[in-house]
Amino acid sequence: MAEQAKATRARPLSPHLQIYRWPVTMATSITHRATGIALAVGTLVVAWWLIAAATGADAYDTFSMYARSPLGLLILFGFVWSLSFHLLNGIRHLAWDSGFGFQVKTAERTGVLVCALSLIAAVGIFAYAFATRGVLA
Amino acid sequence: MSVRTPLGRVEGLGAAHRGTEHFISQRVTAVALVPLAIWFLVSALSLIGADRSDAVAFLAEPVNAVLMALFIIAGLMHMALGLQVVIEDYVISEGGKVALLVLNKFFAWVVGAASIFALLKIALSRSLS
Repeated sequence: MAEQAKATRARPLSPHLQIYRWPVTMATSITHRATGIALAVGTLVVAWWLIAAATGADAYDTFSMYARSPLGLLILFGFVWSLSFHLLNGIRHLAWDSGFGFQVKTAERTGVLVCALSLIAAVGIFAYAFATRGVLA
Repeated sequence: MSVRTPLGRVEGLGAAHRGTEHFISQRVTAVALVPLAIWFLVSALSLIGADRSDAVAFLAEPVNAVLMALFIIAGLMHMALGLQVVIEDYVISEGGKVALLVLNKFFAWVVGAASIFALLKIALSRSLS
């Protein structure tokens, strides 16, 4: 590793995050990374679900008990919303990679659209689960 | 006086030292995950709150078992590539970075092996009995 020459005095730093306005495009960008990290944790929930289902009734009951607790439901909702957001915003990124949607107005509109649709999808999936299975019952 | 090109002099000097195949793999797995994640959101997550018998019946269905396996594999590959960039971006010390990059790969393989094993156990025990 080539060692850089040591700076002899403190170098000027660029202003940090809190100094900037938060346009939609910036917010969706960091949310994409945050939901990606959340989904990495979520792989453990999916693995637990599969292992519990493969192991037996007792193991599945334990999983269900935690999943149906208030904290469990909050984590599940966070997982579902993270997946919805990362999926929709991922499609937005793939469009950018292909050269579409770069106009500032377009990028802002698709950003708002992704936020709205991801919330609608997550709430919809949970409303379905509550309506058909009475999750909290 | 070096005869190397400007590109040749800077190649491999970033935090990642390489990148094209990473960039492409990240996008190929992303394209695969679009239909797989839609399927997972619509069908698997409608099992939230379901009994074990419903979950097992769903996973034992051959089409669902194959789609689930593909979702797990593509998802974990995409995850490992994405977390790698996060680690390269934020971890400053070379030793810590290398250790986390190795742990990142191990995490994906362990979660993948455990998930696929559980999935196969459900799918195969149902279809063979």
